[in-house]
Amino acid sequence: MAGNGAIEGDGGKGVKDMGVERIKSIKGIPPEENVLPGTPACAGCGGLLALRHCMKALGQKIVIVNAAGCFTLLTIYPYTPFKNSWLYTAMACAPAGAQGIRDALDILIKKGRLDPDEDLKVVVLTGDGAAYDMSLSSTSGAINRNLDFYYICYDNEAYGNTGVQWSGATPFASKTGTTPPGMIRPMGAELVKKDLFAIWGSHKPPYLATISPAHPVDLINKFKKAEQYNGPKLFIALSPCPPGWGIDTSYTVKLAKLAVDTGVWALKEAVSGDLKHTVVPKRFKPVEEYLQVQGRFAHLFKPVRQEAALNKIQEGVNEYWNRHKLLL
Amino acid sequence: MLTGNAAAAWGVRLAEVDYIPIYPITPQTEIIETLAGWISNGVMDSRFVTMDSEHSMLTAAGSASATGARAFTATSSQGLLYGFEMLYAVAGWRVPLVMVNVSRGLSSPITLEPDHNDVLAARDTGFLQIHCETCQEVLDSILMAYRLAEDERVLLPIFVNLDGFYLSFTREPVEVPDVEQVRNFLPLYQPKHAFFKASQPMAQSAAVLGGLAYSYFKYQMHMASQNALAVYKEVCDEFETGFGRNYDTIEGYMLDDADYVLVMTNSFSTLGKAAVNAARERGLKAGLLRLRLLRPFPVTDLKAAVTGKKAVAVIDQNISIGKGGILHSEIASCLYHEKHRPLLLSFIAGLGGKNISPDEFEFIINKMVTGADTEDAGTAQLLYTDTEWQEMGRLKGMAGKG
Ligand SMILES: Cc1ncc(C[n+]2csc(CCOP(=O)(O)OP(=O)(O)O)c2C)c(N)n1
Ligand code: SF4
Ligand SMILES: [Mg+2]
Repeated sequence: MAGNGAIEGDGGKGVKDMGVERIKSIKGIPPEENVLPGTPACAGCGGLLALRHCMKALGQKIVIVNAAGCFTLLTIYPYTPFKNSWLYTAMACAPAGAQGIRDALDILIKKGRLDPDEDLKVVVLTGDGAAYDMSLSSTSGAINRNLDFYYICYDNEAYGNTGVQWSGATPFASKTGTTPPGMIRPMGAELVKKDLFAIWGSHKPPYLATISPAHPVDLINKFKKAEQYNGPKLFIALSPCPPGWGIDTSYTVKLAKLAVDTGVWALKEAVSGDLKHTVVPKRFKPVEEYLQVQGRFAHLFKPVRQEAALNKIQEGVNEYWNRHKLLL
Repeated sequence: MLTGNAAAAWGVRLAEVDYIPIYPITPQTEIIETLAGWISNGVMDSRFVTMDSEHSMLTAAGSASATGARAFTATSSQGLLYGFEMLYAVAGWRVPLVMVNVSRGLSSPITLEPDHNDVLAARDTGFLQIHCETCQEVLDSILMAYRLAEDERVLLPIFVNLDGFYLSFTREPVEVPDVEQVRNFLPLYQPKHAFFKASQPMAQSAAVLGGLAYSYFKYQMHMASQNALAVYKEVCDEFETGFGRNYDTIEGYMLDDADYVLVMTNSFSTLGKAAVNAARERGLKAGLLRLRLLRPFPVTDLKAAVTGKKAVAVIDQNISIGKGGILHSEIASCLYHEKHRPLLLSFIAGLGGKNISPDEFEFIINKMVTGADTEDAGTAQLLYTDTEWQEMGRLKGMAGKG
C-alpha cells in the first residue's frame, strides 16, 4: 500500500499525526482496488465511490456483513466484486451478524482451531435505512458490548433499493416516493434528518467519523486513525444517489463536495468523544447552491419559491456551525 | 433428577458448544441461566452473549455457525416469532445450528403455557424438528441434533422442542452421559462448506436474481432435509449403541396390535399413553403413535405404522385458524394414496396448556370406534369440557360479558 511507510517529508505523500501515519494528498491513496468494476450499482453511485475508498483503506483481510439495501446486490450469485469475504444478513441485524462472526473468530483462534493469521476485520456495510432506523436495536447492542468492528453507512438519505422512499435519514423538504410534495404538504418530507452520529456518540464508542466520496484523503486518514482503536468504529458517508436525488450521473462528486462546502454535511470525527471537524470550509456557500441542482428539492423553487422551507434549511445549517463555533 | 430445561442445558454442555447468543423468555430462561452459570464458573468453555432481541440472537448464532463455531441458542413463542425472518435466513445459510424451542402459546391473548403453534409456524423454514416427551429425551436429542445437523449430507439447522411448564419445569430422573463418550459420538465440528478465513475468502448468502438459482437452492435444502431421514436412522442406531437408548422417528406405544391409534407429540403424549392403558382395560385395542421427528416428516415410517389400522385420531395441540389441526392435514396428505388407509379423525386440544382429561381421551377413542363402524370420520372437534365451559362462563360473567 502506497500510504504505508510514508513519513514526514517523503515527497509530500505522508505526515505523522500523533504516531498515526496520515496521507496529505491523493497521491497517498492506496492504489489497490478491492471493489472490482462490473457491479449492478447505478452509474454515478456515490455510495459505491465511498465504498471503493473505504476498501482501499481496509484491505482484503475483512469480512463484510451486509444489511438489505442497494449494496446487497453487489454480490449476486455467482459473482462478487470483492476480493474479501461477505455475508448478507437481513435489514435489521448486520451488527448482530458481525457479533457472531467476531466472537466465532475469537473463539476458534483461542481454542487453536483457527490460525491467528486467518483472522479478519469485521465490517458492517449498510444503507441509511438500516443504520438510522431498523437496525438501531442491534447496533446499540453491538456498540454497548464494545464489539470490535467497523460500521460503514452509505447514506443516500432514503430507502433507495425499494425505489427511494423516506427514511430516518431523509432531510427536511426532500421529495421521495412517500413524501411527495402536494397541496397539503408542499415541502415534501416534514421531519428533519436524525443525527446518527449523536446516537452513536451517546454509546461512547472509541471512534466516529463522517466521510465523503469527494474527500478521499480525509476518508483514508480517518480509517488510518480508526485502525488503532479496538471497538466499534462508525463511518457515515453522505452518498449522492443520481436516481434518488434527481441529479446527473456525472454530478456525484461535485454534489458531494457542495454538501461539504455549504455546510450541509459536516466532515468530522470523534475519538473517545473528542469532536473535531476535519474539513471546515473557509467560506460557507449558501445552501441553495446545493439544493437547487437536485430534483428532490426542485419543488422548493418551482412553481413558487418556498421561502420558509428554504430558510429553515439554511437556519438548520447555521445553527449547527454556530453551535460548534465554526461559522465565521 | 433434572428439569426439562436443565436437561437441555446438560445437552449443550456435553456437546461442548462454542458459542451461545441468547435472549430471555419464559419458560426458556432456566436453560440460559444454567449455561451462564457454568460458563461463569469455568466448567464450560463457551462464549455467552445476551443480544438485543431474538432476531439478533438468531443472526449471531447463525453467523457464528457460518464462521465455523458450534453454536446453540434457545427461545420460545413470541421470541421465535420475533426472530422468524432469520429462521429462513439461517437455514438458507446451510449451517448446523441447534436451537431449543420451549413451546408456549402465541399472543394474543398473551399466555405462558404450551401449545405448538410456535414451533409449527417454523415448519417450512428448513430447520429440522425433533419433539420430545421426556427430560432424558431432551438431553439426548440435543446430542443427536448436532450429529444430524452437522452431517455433510444434511447441513441444516434443527429445533429440539419441549413443552413449556409441563416438561421444562418437570423433574425426572435423567442419566447424564460421560463427556468422553459424547465426544466419540459427536466429534468436533470442522466445516468444509462454510467458514470465514483470510486465506480463503468466501461470499456466503449471496443474492440471486430470478427463479433459476432461487429454486435450485431451495430444492437443495429440501433434498438435504429428505436425506436427513436416512441419516437420522444412522444417528439413531449409533446413539443406541453408545448410550443404550433408542429414539426412532416415531414412537409406538402398544401400537403393533392396535386398531385405534392416537397420534400425539411432546409431553401430553404421556397422558395419551395413560388413556391407551385405560382403553385396553376396557377391552379396546388402543395404541399411541408419538411423532418425534416432524421435519423431515417421517412419511414412510408413519405409513407403515398406521396403514391397516381401523381408525387414527390426530390430537393437534395447535390450530391453523380457518383450517384446523396442522398435523391432521400433514398426516392426511401422507395417507391419501394408501389403499388400506385408516379412518382419520381430527381433534384440537390442549391449546395454551389446557388439560386433556381422561374423559376426553375416552370420548376420542369412542369416536374412533363408532367412526370405524359407520365409516364416518366426522368433522374436526374442538375439545372443551362442560366444566371448562361453565368456568369460562363464570369468568365472562366477572368481565361483565355474561
Ligand atoms: C425486514 C425488511 N423490511 C423491508 C425490506 C425492504 N427493503 C429492502 S432494501 C430497503 C431499503 C434499505 O434502505 P437503505 O438501508 O437506506 O439502503 P439503500 O436501499 O438506500 O441502499 C428496504 C426497505 C427488507 N428487505 N426487509
Ligand atoms: S439507487 Fe442510489 S445508492 Fe442505490 S445503487 Fe443507485 S445510485 Fe447507488
Ligand atoms: Mg438509503
